[in-house]
Amino acid sequence: MATDQLLLEVKDLKTYFFLEEGTVRAVDGVDMVIRRGQALGVVGESGCGKSVTARSILRIVPRPGRIVQGEITLHRMRESKNGRTVTEAVRLTDLDPMGVEMRSIRGAEIALVPQEPMMSLSPVHTLGNQIIEAIMLHQRVTKAEARERAIHMLDLVGMPRPSRTIDRYPHELSGGMRQRGMIAMALCCHPSLLIADEPTTALDVTTEAQILKLIRGLRQELGMAIMYITHNLGVVAQTTEDVIVMYMGKVVEEADVDSLFHDPKHPYTRALLRSIPRLGQRTRERQRLESIRGSVPDPYALPKGCSFHPRCAQAIRGVCDREEPPYVEVGPAHKVRCVLYC
Amino acid sequence: MATSPEAGSSLPQNDLEVAEELKGEEEKIYVAPPWRLMWWRFRRHRMAVVSAVVLAVFYLVAIFCEFVAPYNPEQFFIKYKMAPPSRIHLRDAEGNWHLPFVYRIERSRDEQTMRSLFVEDTSTRYPIRFLVRGDEYKLLGLFKTNVHLFGLTVSRDEQGIFLLGADRMGRDLFSRLCYGARLSLSIGLVGVFLSLILGVILGGLSGYYGGTLDVIIQRVIELIRTIPSIPLWMALSAALPPDWPVVRVYFGITVILSLIGWTWMARVVRGRFLALREEDFVLAARLVGSSEMRIILRHMVPSFLSYIIASLTIAIPNMILGETGLSFIGLGLRPPAISWGVLLQEAQNVRSLALCPWVLTPALAVIIAVLAFNFVGDGLRDAADPYAR
Amino acid sequence: MLGYVLRRISIMVPTLLIISIISFVIIQLPPGDYLTSYAAQLRTMGDIVQQEEIDALRQRYGLGQPVYVQYFKWITGILLRGDWGQSMEWQKPVRDLIWERLALTMVLSGVSILVSWFVAIPIGVYSATHQYSIPDYILSIISFVGVGTPGFMLALVIMYVAMTAFGLNVGGLFSQEYLAAPWSWAKVVDMLKHLWIPVLIIALGSTAGSIRTTRANLLDELNKPYVETARAKGLPEGRLVWKYPVRVALNPFFSTVGWSLANLISGETLVSVVLSLQTIGPMMLRALTSQDMYLAGSFLLLLSTMTVLGTLVSDILLAWVDPRIRMEA
Repeated sequence: MATDQLLLEVKDLKTYFFLEEGTVRAVDGVDMVIRRGQALGVVGESGCGKSVTARSILRIVPRPGRIVQGEITLHRMRESKNGRTVTEAVRLTDLDPMGVEMRSIRGAEIALVPQEPMMSLSPVHTLGNQIIEAIMLHQRVTKAEARERAIHMLDLVGMPRPSRTIDRYPHELSGGMRQRGMIAMALCCHPSLLIADEPTTALDVTTEAQILKLIRGLRQELGMAIMYITHNLGVVAQTTEDVIVMYMGKVVEEADVDSLFHDPKHPYTRALLRSIPRLGQRTRERQRLESIRGSVPDPYALPKGCSFHPRCAQAIRGVCDREEPPYVEVGPAHKVRCVLYC
Repeated sequence: MATSPEAGSSLPQNDLEVAEELKGEEEKIYVAPPWRLMWWRFRRHRMAVVSAVVLAVFYLVAIFCEFVAPYNPEQFFIKYKMAPPSRIHLRDAEGNWHLPFVYRIERSRDEQTMRSLFVEDTSTRYPIRFLVRGDEYKLLGLFKTNVHLFGLTVSRDEQGIFLLGADRMGRDLFSRLCYGARLSLSIGLVGVFLSLILGVILGGLSGYYGGTLDVIIQRVIELIRTIPSIPLWMALSAALPPDWPVVRVYFGITVILSLIGWTWMARVVRGRFLALREEDFVLAARLVGSSEMRIILRHMVPSFLSYIIASLTIAIPNMILGETGLSFIGLGLRPPAISWGVLLQEAQNVRSLALCPWVLTPALAVIIAVLAFNFVGDGLRDAADPYAR
Repeated sequence: MLGYVLRRISIMVPTLLIISIISFVIIQLPPGDYLTSYAAQLRTMGDIVQQEEIDALRQRYGLGQPVYVQYFKWITGILLRGDWGQSMEWQKPVRDLIWERLALTMVLSGVSILVSWFVAIPIGVYSATHQYSIPDYILSIISFVGVGTPGFMLALVIMYVAMTAFGLNVGGLFSQEYLAAPWSWAKVVDMLKHLWIPVLIIALGSTAGSIRTTRANLLDELNKPYVETARAKGLPEGRLVWKYPVRVALNPFFSTVGWSLANLISGETLVSVVLSLQTIGPMMLRALTSQDMYLAGSFLLLLSTMTVLGTLVSDILLAWVDPRIRMEA
């Protein structure tokens, strides 16, 4: 049963960027599993490789980046000849990124809601044009039917007056409306996995709350899995069930939301949690918000051993700066990449 | 291994060192002054560096043209009318190796076509020497001397050397090209300088004050740009009195060329001003009570100076091309002035072009100069903002 | 949209008026008036000068009167009677001389700009989507040289090559027998046969420039998030590039049609002189050198008007392709 529910497996994924200045190991051996209908949060600072992981899954890593190693497998449902639905494993890493098969998966099975709704819609095409295009790419429908579906989808994401908004250009819409439009576009082909890459970072707090609520509601309604990428731990707590913490291209800790927030193991996770303010924190004790000391290391020259050790308060000399830390299981479905728990 | 999280709370010594070391490497970039960052960026644009060297050579030739040119540009060699470029040999007819030399050139006439033929007489060799004595001139207008970069040791009545051939009057084209560089290359600089003054003042006013003044200046710029530049230049230079001396015509042409050039400069300056006006550091300067003049001179100008230099470099080729085009059709500089455009007048006639194609070499010089300026400008533009990715 | 166009046109009218003043003033700049030199010229040719004729001309154009009166007579003549003045050198009304030349200039410029786009846009797109590939390097070098080579020099080189290698004289737009012939189908065909060399020469510079612009604009657009959105939809790469980033990258193109037309006309002037084409360039040069002021002035005004019209067309095009601008209007 458990394997039946598998949706996406990522094994030892390595995506490197080959630049003049050197090679950036944006994703350096990431493993993850997403089950059907699961909401997975991916947390980390900017530049930790979370967005590149998402783009690797979609096979749209921009040049000069390249997947150099690893497997990504999608278990997709298919209608077999006798009318039963069967799951079929497709290894995305073996496909031509611009080929027919990968394109039929992109947008249909796995969809993306990008970071900046302001910039993510073409300024010279109407919203409808861009959504209808997505529908007609993956479904055999006439243009009129596609338009109907687009309007329906816009209605579903709470767009006001969808039959009129559909003919608007992006610059005529507010940020929140554009992001609703982007979500409608992502959902119009009923993907089994929605990758939301910091979908609310560019929005104000009220709009953010609305969009988060919308995504939560839609997940329940449509039963899809969500990979929610963010640097905002608060958003993770609200939206997801399981969390992955990434640092410098590696997964350093994974757990369910409760364990992660109440019993964080990795020094980096702990530091992250200490850096967010909490209601009811007593200021009289002169407790300051802590920041993580030091800065993100130069991506061209990663430190040897554990890449967090120069900033880690608990680093052990001769160990952390020498050896790659092991990935240890510390509880049910709670894993951490740190020597402290060996 | 089972160290508790609390135990290792002090940062080990060697880790600190690692952190320091990393900083040391990066420090070079972080503390470098802007001009050094620009230089690093510029250096990465290989073509720009090569072009900068080419331009340096061109301008050196222009400055020291009397020294580089073997002959006076107005010197006639009646024997060598339309002589082709001299062939420089290292090996004589018997197969012996020598330092570079030329053979004696004998002129004869084709019996049927009556065209001049130039034949090498392999019995007499004239070695090419560096730093030979020749016509007297004043170096930089100061020192009287007669030393030339290269030439033949014999008198010019006996034999001449024509690196690029001779024109219809038997004048050495290479010498004329060197002298022409002086006018052609300087007209770009002077013209750009004039455009710069006009452009910075008007563009600055337009961008800094905005409002009605901005609208008026912008309308004027649009108006000027509406008239196609070459016809406008043609009409204006046709208005220069034909009896003006060379120097005055030269400045007249320069002013005419910069009449259009300043509009581009003004646009660049205005754009920069508009962008910078919104910058936080300008607001900060205003908040601490700096005077407007101080804000402009201390804070704004330094941050767009590099852009101006880059656009200046890109504007120069247009000036050079403008002068060349005008002189070529006879509306710009006129003989006895020597510029590349004036030299190209020789190429206007297809028949003379067919007889002595080497009169086209000034065109090559123009194209090389223009390309070099474009590449250098490109490199400078890339380097102009060293903090941008 | 209509209001936008009307507003543009209303801005155009004062612009044209000021340009007509500028043209007139520039043509007035040379010392002496043309009737004096005309009379002198006729005298040296041994003609008997009819004083009445000269006086009549003097009267007609208000010569000797203040410049603004002369300007007023000139411009009202053009606007009310279509009278562009008299060409002294050709002894003909200017209007009989200019239209054919203007039409040829427009044909030449129009064809050149179309040719340069048809060549430049696909090459620019290829260069940008294959950045740093060997063809990109080669095309970049060629376009750099093309930008740096002025048309009239290229014309010289091509004339030389055609002369020495093929014994051809590539000058002119017509064969000898059609030069003075009235317009006919055969003459048009003959012109088309001659047209391609000047078109290639004139188009080269702007093609090279357009390749650089397309490439640079497209490179800026290719990394924009909306391109990634389209890719994430599963669009095939070719369709994606042409529908999204190219569309946006070409906007600045439309907005500069007017300027590129002005540049083209500018460069064409010199090329025409070299290739002795029957366009405005050579005739204007001759008019300027002989101080045939009404002819020269008319050309300056007409060329500027063409540019103004070009700018209008480009504004309309831009508003048509870019909804953001249509909104402002």
